Amino acid sequence: MNDLQPFQRQKLYDNRTIWIRFADGLGSHALNWTYGVGSATMLVWETLLLIFRRPLQFNLLVRQLLLIGVNSVPVVLFTGVFTGVVLATQGYHELKDLSAEGSIGGFVTTSVIKELGPMVTAFVLAGRIGASITAELGTMKVTEQIDALEIMATNPVKYLVVPRFLACAIMLPILTIFATVFGIAGGYFTAVSIFDMNGRFFMKQARNYLFIGSIIISLIKASAFGMAIASIGCYKGFTIPSAGGAEGVGKATTGSAVTSLMTILAMDALLNQLLYTVVGLK
Amino acid sequence: MIQIRNIWKSFENKEVLTGLDLDISRGETLVIIGRSGCGKSVLLKLITGLMKPDQGEIWVNGEEITQLKRKALHHIRQKVGMLFQSSALFDSMTVEENVGFMLSQHTKLRKREIEEIVAEKLHLVDLDGTQRLRPAELSGGMRKRVGLARAIAFNPEVILYDEPTTGLDPITGLEINRLIRDLHTKLQVTSVVVTHDMDSAFSVATRMAMIHQGDVIAHGFPDEIRQIDNAVLQQFISGGNIQKIDA
Ligand SMILES: Nc1ncnc2c1ncn2[C@@H]1O[C@H](COP(=O)(O)OP(=O)(O)OP(=O)(O)O)[C@@H](O)[C@H]1O
Ligand SMILES: [Mg+2]
Repeated sequence: MNDLQPFQRQKLYDNRTIWIRFADGLGSHALNWTYGVGSATMLVWETLLLIFRRPLQFNLLVRQLLLIGVNSVPVVLFTGVFTGVVLATQGYHELKDLSAEGSIGGFVTTSVIKELGPMVTAFVLAGRIGASITAELGTMKVTEQIDALEIMATNPVKYLVVPRFLACAIMLPILTIFATVFGIAGGYFTAVSIFDMNGRFFMKQARNYLFIGSIIISLIKASAFGMAIASIGCYKGFTIPSAGGAEGVGKATTGSAVTSLMTILAMDALLNQLLYTVVGLK
Repeated sequence: MIQIRNIWKSFENKEVLTGLDLDISRGETLVIIGRSGCGKSVLLKLITGLMKPDQGEIWVNGEEITQLKRKALHHIRQKVGMLFQSSALFDSMTVEENVGFMLSQHTKLRKREIEEIVAEKLHLVDLDGTQRLRPAELSGGMRKRVGLARAIAFNPEVILYDEPTTGLDPITGLEINRLIRDLHTKLQVTSVVVTHDMDSAFSVATRMAMIHQGDVIAHGFPDEIRQIDNAVLQQFISGGNIQKIDA
């Protein structure tokens, strides 16, 4: 019995009631979660400070911008178009019941700009870029490359996180614009060619709903989502235990995508409150 | 140069180092031997501050490093080179970028000048012309030597080698031994070499120490080490040819 690990021993002799064990498990999950959120926030804070510490390595930033931008454009455009198509189809039938199918142009435009454009883009990038950041940094962690950076007196946060953070914060709004334009185009195409609507009327409607405030909201949200995706991706990669191996990298990669998605949803709710209610954008 | 005082380190209830003391003086080449898993690599990581001990002090150049912040640590590390057991090359970079990494990060040297230094260091480890290759295209022994070239590229005052000759053919192994000796005699570098290769150990060591069950059980000059009356030590350096010993 003596060579059992303590945690095994505890399981063998665990005669506590199921409720106490449940509470214990819940408690330690909550603690872990709080600890995770805390140290992820520290990472973001350190990143923000290091952005302004010279030298900013431009070549690293450009590389990430290209990697994130170029790789994501096709998927983002594809998702954008079909979001518009689905939205127009759904909207047409709903609005028809209210005999308001004429305002489909406005409906599609507002929804895509304020909500679906940034959201869909962020979802795509959480799956693609967030996960690949975690896989890359995680592999570097378990193969001691992060240690090697440290030994060579280079701050891994400055060298690895800052360029990815900035690239995501810059690229997300740009990709969101692409998704939005293609989303509205998808809606237009659907309305005109499937529901036989007047194209000029659709565009007039769309223009009426095109507020500068909405565009600002869209871009602010997109940029914030980008920062979240990069931070979570990097954090998940850095925190793989160095003895975690390939399995650890795999787990963290899935975890990264899932955590990003949930964070984006929560942030969206929060930012909507903030931007509409407090700042008063429209 | 380096003083290690009463260091304790454990992982998930597994005691690895238990109150270890060790002194490393300036300009010496200390070879550390010990069985696989006894904590040699961990000790090197503690010395460089990559890991924190549970207890104890580590002094490098008169500074206690276990409590230092990253910035102060990085200041010290500019003078320290380390060859990792796994080489730990950056796999997204070429050999040239790997070896020239510190030069491009911490100096304002021009690209041409860095290329020259890199070529010179690669020549030292007998890897001329491999500049454009990527780590994945190299054999294990070649990777080790690139790691070595990278460790010495910034002309460190202290070099830590984690198994520099493991996985090398005997001839290359001899060359690496000579390189370690040269750095010692010509540049008075302070070196710590972890190795299982007894020929290499006796060829480069000015002093040796053996770690067993979490502590240094014997240390001394190479001739002394051969004389010390300790069964574990003697079995180790004679390649396990004496009697069976309980680890
Ligand atoms: N990051 C880590 N997480 C958990 N355990 C670790 C970690 N690093 C080392 N260990 C444990 O510490 C012990 C010592 O490891 P270390 O790598 O120092 O051995 P070593 O003496 O270098 O062995 P070898 O000669 O095989 O390289 C091992 O039992 C190992 O399991
Ligand atoms: Mg080792």
